[in-house]
Amino acid sequence: MDRTAPFVRTAMIPQAPPPRGETGLVHWVRANLFATPLDAVLTVLSVVVVWQIAAGIGPWFLNAVWNASSLAQCREILAGEPGACLAVIRDRWHQLLFGFYPSEFYWRPTLALILMLVALAPILFAGAPRRLLWFSAVYPALAYWLLWGGTIWFPALALAGFAVGYGAFRAVHAAVPLIAVPAAALATVLWWVFLTGPLSEALHAILPVGLTFVRSDSFGGFMLSTIIGVTGIALSLPIGILLALGRKSDMLLIKTISVGFIEFIRGVPLITLLFTASLLLNYFLPPGTNFDIVLRVVIMVTLFAAAYMAEVIRGGLAALPRGQYEAADSLGLDYWRSMRLIILPQALKISIPGIVNNFIGLFKDTTLVVFIGLLDPLGLTTAIRADSAWNGIFWELYIFVGACFFIFCFGMSRYSMHLEARLKTDHR
Amino acid sequence: MTQSAGDAQMAVTDEVAIEIRGMNKWFGSFHVLRDIDMTVNRGERIVICGPSGSGKSTLIRCINRLEEHQSGRIVVDGTELTSDLKNIDKVRSEVGMVFQHFNLFPHLTILENCTLAPIWVRKTPKKEAEEIAMHFLSKVKIPEQALKYPGQLSGGQQQRVAIARSLCMKPRIMLFDEPTSALDPEMIKEVLDTMIELAREGMTMLVVTHEMGFAQAVANRVVFMDQGQIVEENEPRAFFNNPQSDRTKLFLSQILGH
Repeated sequence: MDRTAPFVRTAMIPQAPPPRGETGLVHWVRANLFATPLDAVLTVLSVVVVWQIAAGIGPWFLNAVWNASSLAQCREILAGEPGACLAVIRDRWHQLLFGFYPSEFYWRPTLALILMLVALAPILFAGAPRRLLWFSAVYPALAYWLLWGGTIWFPALALAGFAVGYGAFRAVHAAVPLIAVPAAALATVLWWVFLTGPLSEALHAILPVGLTFVRSDSFGGFMLSTIIGVTGIALSLPIGILLALGRKSDMLLIKTISVGFIEFIRGVPLITLLFTASLLLNYFLPPGTNFDIVLRVVIMVTLFAAAYMAEVIRGGLAALPRGQYEAADSLGLDYWRSMRLIILPQALKISIPGIVNNFIGLFKDTTLVVFIGLLDPLGLTTAIRADSAWNGIFWELYIFVGACFFIFCFGMSRYSMHLEARLKTDHR
Repeated sequence: MTQSAGDAQMAVTDEVAIEIRGMNKWFGSFHVLRDIDMTVNRGERIVICGPSGSGKSTLIRCINRLEEHQSGRIVVDGTELTSDLKNIDKVRSEVGMVFQHFNLFPHLTILENCTLAPIWVRKTPKKEAEEIAMHFLSKVKIPEQALKYPGQLSGGQQQRVAIARSLCMKPRIMLFDEPTSALDPEMIKEVLDTMIELAREGMTMLVVTHEMGFAQAVANRVVFMDQGQIVEENEPRAFFNNPQSDRTKLFLSQILGH
């Protein structure tokens, strides 16, 4: 065609399908597995390696012995063949799940777990009925009562502390709005420290409703991991958000406290904090105080996770263009509203992978409590081996514990991907 | 541009909307705004132009306190801007702002973008806020996009939504910070048309722009800034046909010269 000649198109070209071989299975295999000679070699090598591993591990699982009362009996049944002795799981699964929790009360942690799923539903899934959130709010006290037992009045009154705080807020807000929030916090803390204990004893004397008390040192296994992990996860996110906002604050005091806290906690290994929780705190507290060890560990794990969380969220805050802050300001939204409605929803969405990464890390870090004498699943494997019947069994227990952790963590990972997909509105 | 300031509705009143006296601002040690004096009456439409870095955006950003001035006075609608947060929020809810990069909230639908501030700042009931939002979305001619997200709209449409979002707060003054600079040529017109319509209805407007056609069509005053100061200020015809200062002449020859 003569390019210098004027050209006018008279008809637009419609869309046409791509040529054959550009779509479909053959194209996929060629593009993904055998695109170049090197790709082809790598594909074949990978298949060989996967096959070798499967061929090595397969019989060990397929020959697994489920019915035996000791490792020796397992070996007798296997008669030299490779095979797993999964009978240990069948024999001791309840210990791996509940630790030394009294077996007649297994229904209590089980019920607490089921109710936890109900309480989490409205938080995790948009489709769940909103009214369930009331149950989610009550759940922590209910779970405490189910797990530890004792009188029902104690958790009920602890919960009532929030109502007391709200009442104080309303009363003070009418008079002096500026100090309403500190006053409410003070009223709640005073209620918890001075009134909850005596009141619950008094009410229990009048109307004794309660469950048998179970001591913290009988807690163990995945129950303990879940208690520490879930509480840590639930508390570290809000604390982390406040720390991240504090770190970006213009107010020098708040900024300094936030930065100091974050840098201190991040600079210290978790194990140090756990030792502090188990050993040192007893020196600082007045003699005779019974500050529950699980509670101490939960506090330390939460603070540790919150410091990391704060940095992840700070990254999300920094990733937002300045225009978002300016647009929120220019519409007249005050600081808390612009944070809650505009900035945090976007910053948290950006931070989801990092936040869930922290959650998963925190959940696995709960196994560190073994070093301060709490029986997490890994600690229990040692306890199980201490029994002469199962002395010398390693792989089966570790694989079981690992598989359980994997299921939890993989679930969290998939949920985070689901959440990212659901919140994706930028259409980039 | 024959339709200039003839409409009765475009009349300027004597009531003062914005008053700026002896205002100075520094970014660090850089003196970005120097001795700015400016009075804007209600109903005025002022176009601010000037080379980049002349402080024109900073000037209008000072009017709703996105930037803090260090000396002088800024009084908006009778409220002086000081560090008092209450005054700042009051001024911001009365003054609408449209940005170069739209700054819509990407996690909210178009409708939610428009109803958010009326609901949370003005305490308008949700249903009423939605009606107001649909009214203004119709006005900027995109009511059918109400349930989409900003990322699904073209630049011109996004900027019109941004204008509607500001209008939903029923502002008495509108600030435009280079509203068409980030748009493709085909989309500039749709945004300018919306702004012209707004001007015809008597909105007090301060517009930082290089669209000289827009200035000639609706502005009743053009302000030329350079190096942080107001160099020349005149009604548009005189400003374009008979510029006084050499700096203005140079600027006009550069932007109108081709």
